[in-house]
Amino acid sequence: MNDTLTSERRKTRPFKATQFDWVSFFGTGATGLATLLIVAILFIILGNVVINGAPQLSWRFITGPAVDMFNVEKTGILPMIVGTAARVFIMTILVVPVGVTTAVYLTEYARLHAPFTRIVRGAVNNLAGVPSIVFGLFGAGFFIHFIGANMDAVLHRGEAVTVWGKPALIWASATLAVMTLPVVIVATEESLRAIPPGLREASLALGATKLETIRKIVLPQAMPGILTGTILAVSRAAGEVAPILLTGAAYYLPDLPSALHDQFMDLGNHVFVLSTQSTNVDATRPLLYATVLVLLILTFTLNIVAIFVRANMRKKMRMLH
Amino acid sequence: MGLQRGHKAKPLEWLAERLIFLVSLSAILMVFLIFVFIGREALPVALGRVNNARIQKTIPVEQMDKMSEKELEAYLELTPEQYKSMDHDTLKTLMELKVDSAKDAGTDKDAAVNTLSWRFLLRPHQWSGYDRPVFIWQPVSEIPKYNIVPLIIGSLKTTFVALIISVPLALGAAIYVSQIARPRVRELAKPVIELLAGIPSVVLGFFALIVMAGVLQSVFGFQSRLNAFVAGIALGFSVIPVVFSLAEDALTSVPRTYVQAALALGASKWKAAWQVVLPAAVPGIFAATALGFGRAIGETMIVLMASGNASIVSANLFDSARTITATIAAEMGEVVYGSGHYRILFLIGVLLFSVTFVTNLIAEMVMHRLKARMEGRRA
Repeated sequence: MNDTLTSERRKTRPFKATQFDWVSFFGTGATGLATLLIVAILFIILGNVVINGAPQLSWRFITGPAVDMFNVEKTGILPMIVGTAARVFIMTILVVPVGVTTAVYLTEYARLHAPFTRIVRGAVNNLAGVPSIVFGLFGAGFFIHFIGANMDAVLHRGEAVTVWGKPALIWASATLAVMTLPVVIVATEESLRAIPPGLREASLALGATKLETIRKIVLPQAMPGILTGTILAVSRAAGEVAPILLTGAAYYLPDLPSALHDQFMDLGNHVFVLSTQSTNVDATRPLLYATVLVLLILTFTLNIVAIFVRANMRKKMRMLH
Repeated sequence: MGLQRGHKAKPLEWLAERLIFLVSLSAILMVFLIFVFIGREALPVALGRVNNARIQKTIPVEQMDKMSEKELEAYLELTPEQYKSMDHDTLKTLMELKVDSAKDAGTDKDAAVNTLSWRFLLRPHQWSGYDRPVFIWQPVSEIPKYNIVPLIIGSLKTTFVALIISVPLALGAAIYVSQIARPRVRELAKPVIELLAGIPSVVLGFFALIVMAGVLQSVFGFQSRLNAFVAGIALGFSVIPVVFSLAEDALTSVPRTYVQAALALGASKWKAAWQVVLPAAVPGIFAATALGFGRAIGETMIVLMASGNASIVSANLFDSARTITATIAAEMGEVVYGSGHYRILFLIGVLLFSVTFVTNLIAEMVMHRLKARMEGRRA
């Protein structure tokens, strides 16, 4: 009896390890290194672009017209900035109302785990995973060759012109709106769910209808979330090139776009053009770096603003609970 | 929310609420429309209704009167309006032209095959001038060749490299950030890693093309400066934040009580993470990897700029590669609307969409089940 007890005791490990725990040491080290490496990759890319691009930036470069577009001394990138801004602006007008309304339905009306809600959410997640080039094909097949071509058939009946049935600013924006729809929905939904039910209940108890509650209580509270979603959508769309290659971006245009059915020059597309079409890579490198830097400043500022707005919102919501 | 509606909705509000419901269907509608409208452009080729053979079987002009109107219309490739506007003599001239052009096309046996049929899309063929059957993607040539096997291999090669690079890194970082790091480090590292997702893919492509390709070539000494390896590494950078976010999410969703129990039994933080949290989160890790795969195979600009774009069938990662996505992006600008080439590009688009659709669906289902289990609900 006594014998078995001592042998049992010998087998149990002491509570505190007396030996150095090599496995834990290496595990922690390896995962920590992986984290560090990823952060390093980010900073190497950013650093490389900033160091090589910053000296080339000038007011003239940012606000000048794109004459002689492979020459860093003469050319400007204003048309590309205007084109990118225009397509992103139109996209925002298209996507935000639809995205916010969908999110309102999902949180305020649909039951959380009902099959229908799951299907909608599945569609949203699936849309988020569709490759950007497929959106480009969709834009070409649906917006340009279906909607655009039919608009021509109706609006310009009997004339041998293509006004809408070709790549254009509006189609690029619409394609990007479809692409960024999940971004807006997910961000808005998150902020709507974070609003304490007590606020809604108080409003309903005071005699407001459900829609009044949504309009006057829920949506104002969700504003930061909607803003975050919008900013993230804008930043995602601003850097996206593949869909607009097929739906509206132009290699070079003498004029700025003046109508919805015009083509446009684009910052991201310009980076692609400069890196692949240049006849003299070394000569265009400074120009390329400067353009990339402008694009990165644009998307990163937006991203960082989104992070802060979201962090602020979460803090506020935690206080409300 | 648990509460039912407050006061009865006014008639206008009832309408507004119906409208909200209709708008919420937009996401489903869009997924559906993508399927329909990409499929619509690809359908004629997928069903084998298009024949692009340069030498087609001709019908002697004398037989013209025996043919029905429909047959004649189809044979001369006319639309009904065009057909109606032509008189008998014009049609006869068209038939003669058809016979003449068939004579001019020469006797090359390649000119007689329909390169848009499935057999030529998928299987090797011994074209004249080649000593063995080969897979060729060569859409702009005398006889356009649309074999999609080189493109599939190119896509898989770059995706493979991307996953090999990104999954271990992202998983390691996810374990560290969610389980081991101190709260302050976590608060800092998470947004920084997610910032990587904010770099536009065209910038990653630029970086791979201008900086990485040269550096990697001098280190590894491979022949072609741009290849599947270079593109795959840059592609990995874009996959890292995807896998990281999802894996981190899955690891965090494992209840804290699991870890606390392990720590109370004397496990180190690492052992709790590796032996308790990780096994519980395996489905989530799988979903993260699946979504990373979907992201990598669908990424366009990076591979378009850094993979070299030569459609070669080889297992060597250091050979130049042409992917499905890059092919669509590069060739869509020049194709004639409605041509065979145009439809083939939509066909490989359908292929790509189907692959990512299924991957997403599986990942979605796995993730849903995992979360339900962790929250103690039935899936």
